[in-house]
Amino acid sequence: MTEKLVIIGNGMAPGRMLEHLFEQAPGRYAVTIFNAEPRVNYDRIMLSPVLSGEKSYEEIVIHGDGWYIQHGITLYKGHKIVAIDRAAKTVTSDHGVTENYDKLVIATGSVPFIIPVPGKDLPGVLTYRDLDDVQAMLLAAQSREKAVVIGGGLLGLEAAAGLASRGMDVTVLHVMPTLMERQLDPAAGYLLQRAVEDRGIKVITKANTKQIIGDGKVEGVELADGTIIPATLVVMAVGIRPSAGLAKDAGLAVNRGIVVDSGMLTSDGDIYSVGECAEVDGMVYGLVAPLYEMARVAASHLAGDRSAAFVHSDTPTKLKVTGINLFSLGDFAEGDDREEIVLRDATAGVYKRVVLRQNRIIGTVLYGETADGAWFNDLKKKQTDISEMRDTLIFGQAYQGGAPLDPMAAVAALPDDAEICGCNGVCKGKITSTITAKALTSLDDVRAHTKASASCGSCTGLVEQLMSLTLGAAYNPATVTPMCTCTTLGHDDVRRLIKAKGLKTIPAVMQELEWKTSCGCAKCRPALNYYLVCDFPDEYADDYQSRYINERVHANIQKDGTYSVVPRMWGGVTNSNELRAIADVVDKFEIPMVKVTGGQRIDLLGIEKEDLPAVWADLGKAGFVSGQAYAKGLRTVKTCVGSDWCRFGTQDSTGLGIRIEKFMWGSWTPAKLKLAVSGCPRNCAEATCKDIGVICVDSGFEIHFAGAAGLDIKGTEVLGMVHTEDEALEYIVALAQMYREQGRYLERIYKWAKRIGLDEIRRQIMGDADKRRGYYERFVFSQKFAQVDPWSERVSGKDKHEFKPMATVGFAQAAE
Amino acid sequence: MTVNWISIGLLTDIPLRGARCVKTPDGKIAVFRTAENQIFAIDDHCPHKGGPLSQGIVHGAAVTCPLHNWVISLETGKALGADEGSVRTIPVRIDGEHLFIALEALASRAA
Repeated sequence: MTEKLVIIGNGMAPGRMLEHLFEQAPGRYAVTIFNAEPRVNYDRIMLSPVLSGEKSYEEIVIHGDGWYIQHGITLYKGHKIVAIDRAAKTVTSDHGVTENYDKLVIATGSVPFIIPVPGKDLPGVLTYRDLDDVQAMLLAAQSREKAVVIGGGLLGLEAAAGLASRGMDVTVLHVMPTLMERQLDPAAGYLLQRAVEDRGIKVITKANTKQIIGDGKVEGVELADGTIIPATLVVMAVGIRPSAGLAKDAGLAVNRGIVVDSGMLTSDGDIYSVGECAEVDGMVYGLVAPLYEMARVAASHLAGDRSAAFVHSDTPTKLKVTGINLFSLGDFAEGDDREEIVLRDATAGVYKRVVLRQNRIIGTVLYGETADGAWFNDLKKKQTDISEMRDTLIFGQAYQGGAPLDPMAAVAALPDDAEICGCNGVCKGKITSTITAKALTSLDDVRAHTKASASCGSCTGLVEQLMSLTLGAAYNPATVTPMCTCTTLGHDDVRRLIKAKGLKTIPAVMQELEWKTSCGCAKCRPALNYYLVCDFPDEYADDYQSRYINERVHANIQKDGTYSVVPRMWGGVTNSNELRAIADVVDKFEIPMVKVTGGQRIDLLGIEKEDLPAVWADLGKAGFVSGQAYAKGLRTVKTCVGSDWCRFGTQDSTGLGIRIEKFMWGSWTPAKLKLAVSGCPRNCAEATCKDIGVICVDSGFEIHFAGAAGLDIKGTEVLGMVHTEDEALEYIVALAQMYREQGRYLERIYKWAKRIGLDEIRRQIMGDADKRRGYYERFVFSQKFAQVDPWSERVSGKDKHEFKPMATVGFAQAAE
Repeated sequence: MTVNWISIGLLTDIPLRGARCVKTPDGKIAVFRTAENQIFAIDDHCPHKGGPLSQGIVHGAAVTCPLHNWVISLETGKALGADEGSVRTIPVRIDGEHLFIALEALASRAA
């Protein structure tokens, strides 16, 4: 009979435990999970990249909703368990749901430690623990004001780096004399502090927080010596403590954490505990590797194998701040029985220290150059006697036995049981044998099958080297991600080869570039179609079957299969005739929803596909053309009323906006392109979060670009200042064309700009008149073929088949 | 039960790598024509969230749903890749240029 397994908590440890359990004892348990957070299981280690903008939440989800459905798991999101009744074997949530269990797993994790100072509860004081904290920080970071991070450990520094990259002015307060003192010795701590300060982050060590000051919200932090640091955001990242209150209330043995034996069993024979809340052999853990080890052991016991036992092992620490490499492992305190070997290279910013006891490594700190981390870890784990290589030990593996300095040779020389991925405990042999056995060729495949490099990602380089070694020439680590599974080429290579080889049709591209599928897929075909439209506007015949439905039928598909229609309103300006025509269309076609859009126009929703041509015909009579609200192309140019009406307006922003829109409409771009023109720095048209924006000032026009206000929120960068409307138009058009020619399909302008470099873009558009003119002229040429209103074409009968059913059958018989 | 073949039109009514809809009292059926001139008919209803499969991009003998990019095999009606679900397939007969689909349920209802 199926047993009932209830899990309190939905973090990484119980998630991993379930993966093991479903593998070892499929179908044995009916699983119910209570998650105090309102979401699925995600990779908490990757919160820092989410904060810094290098990853999105979607990219760090470990188990999507489908996984829970697939395994028949009942997941209560946003339910916090408030009581365990061990006699009745039930748990009860704060929403009043009670579930009984045969086996219970407590995985409540940890709670951030809050330093008990006055002001700790003020709005604006955050911790750094879950996605809600990250979202709160991102919101606060929009102000670009001052932030204080209390805590100079791993978490605090990652938070500080993330906030700084979001534009905040950040100060780190650390109570100890050097940063990350638990993982780094003072010398490495000092190097780290310099690197952090180089990023514009202020660091104050030996800083004792006296109180957080503010009236109703945070205004600053006061130190014991009286120093006051102004701040609108304070992040406390001083440590975590196991969340064991629930277990304690239930009468389980609790020390620092929930006490478990080496099989993860608590003092109750039906209750297990895994994760940061569990205490085993007097130790509690915060790094993922031992937590995954707990998960493995608990799964085995739940599956009936009572022999599995938790084994303690030291886990290397790595800091996830892009550009700072550090590695720390084991014990490196000084002592009489210890010796150490140190290498410093101030110019290169390298510091290495190996601590030895009786010729065996017990601790390692690497800063600046961490490639040998896995090797040192292996020597330490195996307690290898290093006396033979003592003279060259510190130079790393490559120097042993006179081998040349080659990172590939270093990886090749690692034994099969050397650990590569610390988070998931994956060794070299597992990776290389899986690559061979399953014929894996991409990093993503290796991640999926071995879990190596799938958590914090800091071993990605090693995994790629192993792939090179195993696959030889078949794997090129420099290769960018392929466009899709139909090809091994990345977007940039495809764009380059299309031009170099003069490939002017999709079949020609697929033939010449050796596509692996006969006719591509829904990822590559729209991309190729765009690249060809962009590169050969006069010669290429648009392939409608390679366009997404919205671009094929020139309307936006909705969830119920109906469409929405958005006519163009130049610069957001309309009049009574246009509004009357819209009203008539709404009445005539019984359009259920009329909505004003964020781009200053009107959206008509819920139109049947068959009615589209007739709707367009009526709108067309009033002078409307397609607003291309469905296009990877020019969408809107939002404007404010400018100097014609506004008492603050400095230029005719409405007129410039309309002029730009009339010039650029119909153009296809790698991803949607939204513009705005504001008539003064008060910026009522919100131009500073657009793909391209203009802020008018008395002396001219400040051109902005690379903003975002969707999945990401990002203020624009300044391209430069021009003095006339004509110049503004030319520079904007040139910028758009540069993006058109270089962007990867679906890559918004801010991502392209980040990839190409802002300075390079400024150099070409602002600094190089010939380049600018070239871009401008190519855009103008392309517009000759692009500026045809797709709606009037279809009213005239183009693509008739799209809008009519092929046949209507069955109704007549049914009526008989 | 005898299969009732219903005429729905010509091969050339459907664009290559495209689809058209056939309306029936039981909902729409999507009829696909692949690059290789194969014809398939399946319910116009993605097993995921009911998206109209006839509006998707056709590649090989599969279609990608326009709503959330599930890929559905036209031959089996099953979701490909990591997704799970399936949609009803409907037998198709090609007689020269003419296309027919088999609708047993409708035939019995008419009788």
